[in-house]
Amino acid sequence: MRSWAIEIKDLWFSYNGHQVLQEVNLNVSEKEFLAILGPNGSGKTTLLKLMLGVLRPDKGSVRIFGEEPCKVVDRIGYVPQDTNVNKSFPISVFDTTLMGRLGHAKRSRRYSAHDRLMAQKALETVGMWEQRKRHIGKLSGGQRQRVFIARALAANPDILFMDEPTASVDREFQTELYEFLRELNKSVTILVVSHDLSVLSSYIKSVACVNQKLFYHDAAEITSEMLDMAYHCPVELVAHGLPHRVLRDHEDD
Amino acid sequence: MIEVLQFEFMRNALFAGLLASIACGIIGTLVVVNRIVFISGGIAHAAYGGVGIAFYFGLAPLLGIGGFSLFIAAIMAAVTIRSRHRSDTVIGALWAFGMALGVMLIDLTPGYNVDLMSYLFGSILTVPKSDLLLMLILDLVILATVVLFYKDFLAISFDEEFATAMGVPTRVLYFALLAMIALVVVMIVRVVGLILVIALLSIPSYISEKYSESMRTMMILSIIFSALFVMLGLWLSYSFNLTSGATIIMVAAAFFFLNPLFDRLANKHG
Repeated sequence: MRSWAIEIKDLWFSYNGHQVLQEVNLNVSEKEFLAILGPNGSGKTTLLKLMLGVLRPDKGSVRIFGEEPCKVVDRIGYVPQDTNVNKSFPISVFDTTLMGRLGHAKRSRRYSAHDRLMAQKALETVGMWEQRKRHIGKLSGGQRQRVFIARALAANPDILFMDEPTASVDREFQTELYEFLRELNKSVTILVVSHDLSVLSSYIKSVACVNQKLFYHDAAEITSEMLDMAYHCPVELVAHGLPHRVLRDHEDD
Repeated sequence: MIEVLQFEFMRNALFAGLLASIACGIIGTLVVVNRIVFISGGIAHAAYGGVGIAFYFGLAPLLGIGGFSLFIAAIMAAVTIRSRHRSDTVIGALWAFGMALGVMLIDLTPGYNVDLMSYLFGSILTVPKSDLLLMLILDLVILATVVLFYKDFLAISFDEEFATAMGVPTRVLYFALLAMIALVVVMIVRVVGLILVIALLSIPSYISEKYSESMRTMMILSIIFSALFVMLGLWLSYSFNLTSGATIIMVAAAFFFLNPLFDRLANKHG
C-alpha cells in the first residue's frame, strides 16, 4: 500500500448552515509540491484548516501521514495568512518563532535549548536573526511574513502548509522564498494555498482548484475541464499573465 | 501614611490589596491580550447571584461567590469558545441573569442584611485575617498555573489557530483561563467589589501593554501598577474619608485617562 502525505476521503464541511466544501477527495504523495487555487470564499483556506485539524469535518476524514492531524503535530509546519495579527501584542520576533516548536515541546515545560537553537536557525534562514529582539508589531508586513515562515520552519516539518505566503512580501523575497522552497521540497511535502499562480507556477508539481468541490491535477497545469468546473478559479491566473506551460492549450485536446 | 499602619485593619487592607494586585496583574494581562474584558465583566457581575445563593442557603459568602462564578465562567467558556468576539448578547444576558438571581434570592431571605453593599463596592477595611490566607492560596494557584503553562497561554493568546494546529489543548486552556477569572473575582470582591472588579482587571494591564516587550513583563508591570493604585487609593480614602473601593478605582481611572497625556509630553521632551 502506498503511503500518502495527505489523504482526504469524501470530506464535507458547512459553516452556519452554508455548505463550504463538499465531496472533497484528495491524495497527495510525499515530497509533492501542491498549489491549491481558488477565488476568495471558495473554501481553500477552510480546506487548509481541516487538514491542520483546526476545524473538524462534518463528514469524511483527513489523514496526514496516515494519522489524524492532531497525532502528527510534530511533523507539521504552518504559515497562516497575515491578516488578523494583534499588532499591539507584546511579543518579540524570537518568542514568536519559538511557537513553531510547540508541536515538539512538552506541555507545562519551558522551551528547551534545542528548541531555541532551531528557532535561531530558522530566523537565520529568513534573514531575521538580527531583528530577533524587535516587537512583532513594529515590523513591516514583509518582515512579519518572514518571521511567520521562520516559525513554520522552526518545527523542522515533514509537511509544510502555507496560506498565501507571499501576499505581503516584495517580489525579490518571493523569488528567494520559492527557490528556498524548491530546495526544501527535496525532503519536505509542501502545500501552498494561493489565488495567484504567477510566481508559483514554475515551482509547483501539481495543482488543485477549489470551489466548494475540489479538482485535482497531478501535474503543474490546469486542464480545460478544471477551468470549466471551477470557472472562477483561473480568471486571476490569466489576468496575471501566467506562463504558458501552466495553461493547457484548448485546441490541442 | 506610616502611622495609619499601626491599625490592624489598615495593615490587613494593605495586604489584601497587594495580594489582589498579584492576581489582577497576571490574569488581567491575559484578559486584555485575549480581548475578553466583556466576558470578565459578565463573570464578575453575575457573581452577585452567588451572594444571593450564599445568603439564602446560609453558606459562607465567598464560597457562594466562588462556586457560582465558576459555574457562570464554565457557561461563558462553552458559549464563547467558537466565536469569542461575537457572543456579546449571550454574555450580556448571563451578566444580568446573575445579578437578578442575586437580588431575588436576597429578597426571599428573611431578615435584614446590612453588608450587601460591601459585596458590590468592596470593604477592604474589614478584611479578616482568614481571608488573607485564602487570597494567598488563590494567588499561588494562579501563579503556579500561569508559570507552568506560560508558553501555552502565550500561544493561544497570540494565535489560537496556530496553537491548535501545533497540538496545544486550546479548549482546556480557555476554560482554565475563565475559571481563573472567576477565582480572581472572589479575591477582588473584598477589595473593590463586584461592580468595580473589571476596572482593576483591565486598567493596569492596558496601561502596561504599551511599555511591555513580552507578556511576562506586562504581567509584572500590571502587578506594580495595580499595587500602586491600591495603595494610593487606600491612602486617599483614609485621608478624605471616602469609600475605599471607589477611591482605588478612581485613582486607576485617573491614570488611565492621563496616561496618553504623559506619553505625549514624554515624547516631546525625549
